[in-house]
Formats: sequence, C-alpha cells, structure tokens
Amino acid sequence: MTMPQLSGDARPGLAPGVRLTFDKARDQWVVLAPERVLVPDETALEILQRCNGTRQLTDIIDELASAYSADRSEIEQDVRDLLASLIEKRILTA
Amino acid sequence: MSAPGIPAPPLAALLELTHRCPLQCPYCSNPLELERAKNELSAAEWTRVLDEAAELGILQVHFSGGEPAVRRDLPDLVAHAREIGLYSNLITSGVTLDQARIAKLADAGLDHVQLSIQDVDHQTAAFIANYPGVQGKKLAFARMVREAGLPLTINAVINRHNITRVERMIDLAVSLGASRVEVAHAQYYGWAIRNRAALMPTLAQVREATERVEAARGRLRGQIVIDHVVPDYYARQPKACMGGWGRQFLNITPSGEVLPCHAAQTIPGLTFESVRHKPLAEIWASSKAFERFRGTDWMPEPCRSCDQREVDWGGCRCQALAITGNAAATDPACALSSAHDSLRALADTASSEPPPDFVYRRMTPHDDKTALAAATS
Repeated sequence: MTMPQLSGDARPGLAPGVRLTFDKARDQWVVLAPERVLVPDETALEILQRCNGTRQLTDIIDELASAYSADRSEIEQDVRDLLASLIEKRILTA
Repeated sequence: MSAPGIPAPPLAALLELTHRCPLQCPYCSNPLELERAKNELSAAEWTRVLDEAAELGILQVHFSGGEPAVRRDLPDLVAHAREIGLYSNLITSGVTLDQARIAKLADAGLDHVQLSIQDVDHQTAAFIANYPGVQGKKLAFARMVREAGLPLTINAVINRHNITRVERMIDLAVSLGASRVEVAHAQYYGWAIRNRAALMPTLAQVREATERVEAARGRLRGQIVIDHVVPDYYARQPKACMGGWGRQFLNITPSGEVLPCHAAQTIPGLTFESVRHKPLAEIWASSKAFERFRGTDWMPEPCRSCDQREVDWGGCRCQALAITGNAAATDPACALSSAHDSLRALADTASSEPPPDFVYRRMTPHDDKTALAAATS
C-alpha cells in the first residue's frame, strides 16, 4: 500500500500516545511513543515542533522555507518525506 | 562503556506494582515464587520511586504486574507520573477495569494501554489464561479503552496452541482500533520455562507464522505498526536483551527490589538492592547486580572480540544460565555458542511431542514450597 499524498491543507499533529518533550537529564528533545524513545535531529525537531494539529502543511513549509532562506520545493520535499515516514510509524497523524 | 564512571541513565522502568493477577497464564514472566500482597510497596513508596526515577533521567514507566489494576491506588500513581513528566504505559490483562476506572486513568493522564491477548479463539484463550470468558472481557475492555480516547497496543503472546492463528490476532488488533500490535513469541524464563514443552511451537510453525506476519505487515502498512519478537530457540543471533544489561532499563519488583531484568533473580550469586533502603540512582550506578554484566568487560569469547558485542550486548544472561548453567556464558541463541545446537534440540524435541498439561501460574502457599521446588526441578 502506498501512502496517499498529503494535501496542503492537512494539519499534521502528534498521534495519540505520543509526546514531544525536553529531556533535562540528557539535554535534548525527545519523542516519547509506546515502547519507543526517538531523538529527532535538528531538522526533524523544527518540523515536529510545528506539527501541532492546527497549523496547515503549506504554512509549515512556508515558515521553514523563510526561516532557513531555502528553496521552497526542497523544503517541501524534506517535510513531506519526514511526515510520510512518521505517519507510517504512527508518530504523527494528519 | 568499558571505562569506569557513572553509567548513562536508564530510559525506562518496568514497575511491577503487584504479583496478584486474576489470570494464570503459563508463560508469565514473573518468578515462580510470587510476591505476597503484604510485602508490596505502599502508594507513598511508589510515589517516591516515581520521583527518584524522573530525577535519574527515566522517561517512560510501565505500570505492570501481575495485574497492576488490582491496586486501587493505580490512578493516583498515574497522575503523579504525569505531573512529573513521565510517560506512562499500563500493561494489563484487561479483565478487572470497568468504564469508570478506565475514564479515571485517562483523566489521570495515562499515555498508553497495552493489552495482552491469548488468542482469537475464545475457548483456547480461556484455556491458556485458565479463566473462563476471558476473551469477551478483553474485547469489551479494548473497546472501552478506545472510547476513552486512549491509544492501544495489543500484545499477542505466541505459543504452540495459538500460532496458527497469528494473522487473525493481528487482524483482531486492527479491528479493535489498536495502533500497534506486538507479536511476541513466549520467552522462556519464569513460568514459561517451567511450561516450555507445553508452549514450544515447531520450526515449521514458526516459519509459517513469520511469513504470515510479514504478509500482514505489507497488507496493513500505514494502518497498524507490527512489532515481531522472534523466538530465541529458533534464532541464530541473540537479542539485545533489555537493550543491554544495566544500560537502558530497570525493573522494580512489588517489594521494591531493583533488577536489571525481570528474570534476574534466577541468577545465583547476585544480590539485589531495594528502593526501601537506597535511592534508585545509587542502585543504578553502583549496585553489584547492575555492574556484573554491564558493558562488555564481563564477556567471554567469542563475544568479547565479536563485532556485534555492542549491538546485542551478549544477549540474555538468564537464558545462558537456564541452558548452560552459567549466566556469564555466551547466549545459546547465538550460532557461535557451543550450546546453540542443544538449544535447538530442546525446542525440536519439545515441539515434536504432544504438549504436556500446563502448570498454571499461581501463588504457592508457604507450606507448599517443597512441592513447588520438586515440580520445577
């Protein structure tokens, strides 16, 4: 089964049972999920912090493109790849 | 981590609130000698343990047992865990909680529920748990969990009595709205090793089940996460048991003893310290039981020079003990172990004969200890 392409007005958010939290003991952000602790890299963290279930995908891409003064289509591909992977792993929902 | 110093903090703790349980599953990971209610840590003691766990750097706590929900103070402990930022998971048999108590746990901030199932077939499920009507109760529980908005994992423990229905167990998990299913072959310590012959599937059955799990994974991609724990007795490489001894994980028994894994008490010569007498951080950092197999210095050959030594961390110490009589031996699940062939032979012999009766998990009266020792020797 191929994941359907997310539409621009999708509002990705953390899946139920998943928390993004700051781990003081290790001085890093972590994603807490059932039986799993993930440590997002800098790019993934920037994306995850914007996935709050209310922001639209297009806005998230716009924001990141402007924050990094980067090519929008490149950012869009990065964001879509990460979201697809995290949705399949049930870390995010959209 | 061969250099001495303070070990990195653990990520998760399994908190066995009690050994009391209404089910009597013959593969229970609890020790044969179960802890009595009068020795259990109080709510105040568990609350302090949660504080010490968070302080130490633990991120996730699994409320387990026995059946943790037989403790009436469970919602208070969940609420406290939430308050101090711990991620909480409830590992339950699902037969004691009604809608009101589930709602209370959800309100307390429980993050996730893990429900074990014995089968899809009601009769076999009742036979395995030694509890008539168990399946109906579990199905009702799973629905109430989802109605309360809590995410659900189904844990299907695979053995020779249910292995042919593995794919249907995965489909059941999907239909119950679970976001994750663990297909976990029984692991042979605690009650399971006592019941090994009654539980062990054949290699052909394991291969068939593995194909079915892989087929389901393809078919259900994006709908459910499938975690598959393959059985050690038919493996060629050991698992990183507990992610490595004293590396990521600790287990606290109902009376407060802190263990590197839930079967560690079977290893002779190890003494365990209690949260009743010492801070958790001190036990983690310097208890002799944790230091014994931490890192790679304790390893014999071929582990010591193996390029997988920091991948599998030498596998399972309790299994090495159970099969070779030496807890420091190479895990016999590894094809490089001299005991590997005998491990496979044990499985082949056990699974090719008709299954013996289960020895169901239960509390043994004190005056019956000799009988238990005789039954397990």
